[in-house]
Amino acid sequence: MGIRSLSTSSISTGAKRSKVWDQSAVVIPPNSFDSIATVTLGSDTSSISFSSIPTTYTHLQIRMFAGTTFADVFMRFNGDASGNSNYSRHFLYGDGTSAASGNAITDANLSVGYYSTNASIFGSSVVDIFDYNSTNKNKTIRVLSGGDANGSGLIVLYSGSRNLTNAVTSITILAGGSGVLRTNSKFALYGIKG
Amino acid sequence: MAAGSTYTPIATQTVSGTTTASVTFSSIPSTYTDLIIVANGSLTVADNSYIQFNGSGGTAYSGTVLKGDGSAASSNRYSNNDRIVTDYTSYPTTTVGAWNAVIHFINYANTTTYKTTLIRSNNAQNGTSSSAHLWLSTAAITSIALQTQGTPKWGNGTTFTLYGITAA
Repeated sequence: MGIRSLSTSSISTGAKRSKVWDQSAVVIPPNSFDSIATVTLGSDTSSISFSSIPTTYTHLQIRMFAGTTFADVFMRFNGDASGNSNYSRHFLYGDGTSAASGNAITDANLSVGYYSTNASIFGSSVVDIFDYNSTNKNKTIRVLSGGDANGSGLIVLYSGSRNLTNAVTSITILAGGSGVLRTNSKFALYGIKG
Repeated sequence: MAAGSTYTPIATQTVSGTTTASVTFSSIPSTYTDLIIVANGSLTVADNSYIQFNGSGGTAYSGTVLKGDGSAASSNRYSNNDRIVTDYTSYPTTTVGAWNAVIHFINYANTTTYKTTLIRSNNAQNGTSSSAHLWLSTAAITSIALQTQGTPKWGNGTTFTLYGITAA
């Protein structure tokens, strides 16, 4: 359903052009950004997984909206165990006072979020996973992540890599430490064709 | 796993003239999972731009900003505001097309949690910023107003395109 009415009440003078796409129109754009799967939590849990990821896309994107009891949110591929050393990551963040940067080299996780632990405030992340199906390059990710809590919070840019050339066949997102991902958290996996 | 098409253009608004203070997408359907607005344009006077949901102001908005101005990286915060401050260092200037912003409204229609907005705002003339914002309301977002404040108005030719993303 397209938006049929657009507000003009704030326009004092001057014309405004607007277009509304009627999604029942005959011409439909090619599908290049597909929804693959979504997980919405009905109860708290320590981790979620997307498995058996189709090999038919070029890149993947995860869009997440989550609450946590431990600020860090991590990601691993292909069932990597907690003691692995397959990952590297860098981050640039703002905490409302200063900008800072850090890294973790030869680590067990990728970072995809650092959220408030307030039960009413969920953070968001947009995670891009490039060339996930390649078998001749390491896997890299790019993340825009943040959450504000009206007086606290972080905005973070992450980059990360899994330093193995295996194709990504499964993705696990987990709360850090002994934390959990909260009820009503949503994780949506999309495939991008190229 | 289910698969389906998504990332649907819903509407575009293009400003004509130099007297438009606010551009609003209203009656937004709740059938998508996320919304994205891609903005590109200018202001008649260089300044920040703003966002307000459902015509609601008060003190319900706050944000954390990471920005660079070509000389230094820094961060700031605002709290208890009547609208989202979109830009800071990367604010729109009077040069048409110099400013752009990609604004993510994730899980915008849920009625359980407060709303988080992520923004990448860029202006090659003055800076780049990334930011996270909170709207202290559990109401679904049904309208989004992209606003100026005071003297500045949206520049002629400024465009705003609203997309809906549907999860499986």
